[in-house]
Amino acid sequence: MDVLERIDEQVKGNAVVIYMKGTPQFPQCGFSMRAVQALQECGVPFAYVNVLQDPEIFEHLPRYADWPTFPQLYIDGELVGGCDITLELHASGELRPMVEQAAARAEGGAAAR
Amino acid sequence: MNRRTRIENRLREALEPLHLDVVDESYMHAVTPDAESHFKLLVVSEAFAGQALIERHRTINTLLAEEFEQGLHALSQHTWTPEEWHEKGGVAPQSPPCQGGSGAA
Repeated sequence: MDVLERIDEQVKGNAVVIYMKGTPQFPQCGFSMRAVQALQECGVPFAYVNVLQDPEIFEHLPRYADWPTFPQLYIDGELVGGCDITLELHASGELRPMVEQAAARAEGGAAAR
Repeated sequence: MNRRTRIENRLREALEPLHLDVVDESYMHAVTPDAESHFKLLVVSEAFAGQALIERHRTINTLLAEEFEQGLHALSQHTWTPEEWHEKGGVAPQSPPCQGGSGAA
């Protein structure tokens, strides 16, 4: 499968997915660390992709949504932004309802099938 | 001309900011101190009025596309309208410490 198709599947197949350097337990970049902490504080399960473990995704993700840096947070198949935007949404109280609603919609979709 | 000056010039010209801080934070990361790889921006501009954060960041990413092609690695962006800037009391958040992953780029 083409790498952009692989990314597309991850983005569309997960209500919430973060592309980060390292893992939520062991982030390897300060920006990834802060973004994933904000996400964890929302208390909703999410998927992650460690771009340091996947050189192909590391190389090509920036052109998937035309965003040059990591981390990248996708909710409901849409790019939300990087670290700064994730943190600002968290600080303003918007992030939690966004991920909760996305997770609920995904669950609803799964139950309907 | 160093990268900080190029970024400043580009953003001043395009966004006519009321306030602009461009900080080279490369020294905070796992790169040589003169790497010019990690920057933080505080841009206060009327040009952002009515735009979502992601649109503002995309505007800046596009303006600085050449810098990203030439080794700009991380760009922390705080992009506010003059009103938002005033509400926030006029300071940008501190950037996080490096966790070592830059070297893998």
